Amino acid sequence: MNTNTPKLSLGPVQYYWGRDAMLDFYRRIADTKIDIIYLGETVCAKRKLLRRDDWLNLAKQLQNAGKEVVLSSMTLIEANSELATLKNLCENIEFTIEANDMAAVQQLTGRSFITGPAINIYNPRSLQVLAKRGLKRWVLPLELSKQALADINKEKPTEIETEVFVYGRLPLAYSARCFTARAHNLPKDDCQYRCLDYPDGLLLSTQEKEPFLTLNGIQTQSAKTSNLITELDDLIQHNVDVLRISPPSQHSEKIIDIFYQCLHHGYPLEQANNELQALMPTGGQCNGYWHGSSGMDQCTKTQEATWQSMQS
Amino acid sequence: MTHSGNQHKMELVCPAGNLPALKIAVDNGADAVYIGFKDDTNARHFAGLNFNEKRSREGIEYAHRHGTKVFLAINTYPQASGWDRWKHAVDLGAALNIDALIAADMGVLDYAVANWPDLRLHLSVQGSATNSESIRFYYENFGIQRVVLPRVLSLKQVEQVAASSPVPVEVFGFGSLCVMVEGRCLLSSYVTGKSPNTFGACSPASAVQWKDTPDGLQTRLNNVLIDQYGTNDPAAYPTLCKGRFEVGQNTYYAIEEPTSLNTIALLPELQAIGIAAIKLEGRQRSPAYVKQVTQVWRAALDTCHDNAQNYQPKTEWLQTLHSVSEGRTTTLGAYHRPWQ
Repeated sequence: MNTNTPKLSLGPVQYYWGRDAMLDFYRRIADTKIDIIYLGETVCAKRKLLRRDDWLNLAKQLQNAGKEVVLSSMTLIEANSELATLKNLCENIEFTIEANDMAAVQQLTGRSFITGPAINIYNPRSLQVLAKRGLKRWVLPLELSKQALADINKEKPTEIETEVFVYGRLPLAYSARCFTARAHNLPKDDCQYRCLDYPDGLLLSTQEKEPFLTLNGIQTQSAKTSNLITELDDLIQHNVDVLRISPPSQHSEKIIDIFYQCLHHGYPLEQANNELQALMPTGGQCNGYWHGSSGMDQCTKTQEATWQSMQS
Repeated sequence: MTHSGNQHKMELVCPAGNLPALKIAVDNGADAVYIGFKDDTNARHFAGLNFNEKRSREGIEYAHRHGTKVFLAINTYPQASGWDRWKHAVDLGAALNIDALIAADMGVLDYAVANWPDLRLHLSVQGSATNSESIRFYYENFGIQRVVLPRVLSLKQVEQVAASSPVPVEVFGFGSLCVMVEGRCLLSSYVTGKSPNTFGACSPASAVQWKDTPDGLQTRLNNVLIDQYGTNDPAAYPTLCKGRFEVGQNTYYAIEEPTSLNTIALLPELQAIGIAAIKLEGRQRSPAYVKQVTQVWRAALDTCHDNAQNYQPKTEWLQTLHSVSEGRTTTLGAYHRPWQ
């Protein structure tokens, strides 16, 4: 059983930030206690303020700062040009690559690679298929619960590490259509890079003004921030090796620090939870998926016990 | 029959949610029908729908007697706790002599190859393969013989994929439209705890509430307001990506209007780029729907196969398809680039 303290990772920035903002962000991240940094554009091929060489330079700088760096690949790959970009990325052998589409898994065969949250590994047999092809770490699909993880752990190849998305707005869907452009009545081909105006995405609310989803170009996220800080003991019990924080535009250093203090210095989880809530963008928090409930739910331990007794 | 220079015929793949629908599809010219079992192993896991073992046997016998193929969809993603159900479904399908298994999950595909090496495999749309390299993964690992493409690709992208895919390509021709790439959409489980991947249904009926209020009829999904309607407006099923929401100061269909995909005008192009089969959506629809769409698409495909140069969709075909469409409107969807 893994009794080690999990490492902390910073997922790829899901949004489109200006070039200076992005470079400045990673300069600040270099000084945090984060162990692993995922770098690269994973949402929209049109977001090119940082080019491949910029990302590679950044990767080297962060590596020199003592971070484990992983290059993240695109999630939805449709055009041949996007496939060519992917092949180009996968030719890099200096850094490990996170596959976010099966095309990347195919490209990375025989090499050590990581799968991101949008790769569908729902059962041990799927994990075993990819283990044979070089998988070294996988991110639990967002909609799977700790029970599903526990079941997978029983048959998981021991050398494979598990990473769980523990903090951030949840990336829930990808489309050919750009919803940010649509919100501005612009065609996708002439989107005028409106994503730059929304460093945490564009809020979508119900007609009752309830924050519901976040539009981020072709990606749709939750409006709520998923937050598993109060589940740290559970995550450790489930042999989770890496905890992923998905960075918002504000307070990422503080969020990393709170997780670090909880993991390494016994900082009280409830207090940490309160502090994190104050840092979240509009929408509040949720943790339902981890508890086997609707993703948008916020479950407490008591509710979970009641729920389980109702089911049994 | 004359085939003015056209290389191949596209296969018509029709939905069958129950035995009457299957027979109607067969009788009206389907080249293949696709079915699912009565549980969460397939992506149309709706109450009262689908086939038990006895009905499957009857349906498959009926189809085969009439020269129609039967594809079985086992295209959801099993978790360890339900694994035996998926395993049993694959074993049963193989024993029933289906013509192809439509699957998405790597574990299910791996199990099928290991235990039923002669079983023909198609990668489901739920497998989310939108490019040739992704398709190649499933081809090299599991020997899939066909791929069903997600409904997010433009016609040009479909052409690129078809040109470089290691296996023939099937595309959706008509029916409800997923605006999100299939197999990677968690919106439904975010709201209801159940998704196409895990449960085989999007926005499941068990989570739907219809409520008359002084403001009009409200449709909710697990209490989240999806849409509301004036007294005389026709209300739509609250599929959550097809509701009206607020973004900035505007209330509108922020993700997608209730509309159906209809590519009947594109048949010559689809044929020219080598598409192997056209799939019609709608296992959850009535036998009457299956009859109408099968008749129209059989006629359209025959017309196109006979003379693609002069092919024009007939007005009565379009009228029929409109009359059975979601929201009574249709779109070319992503096939038509400006839609994106």
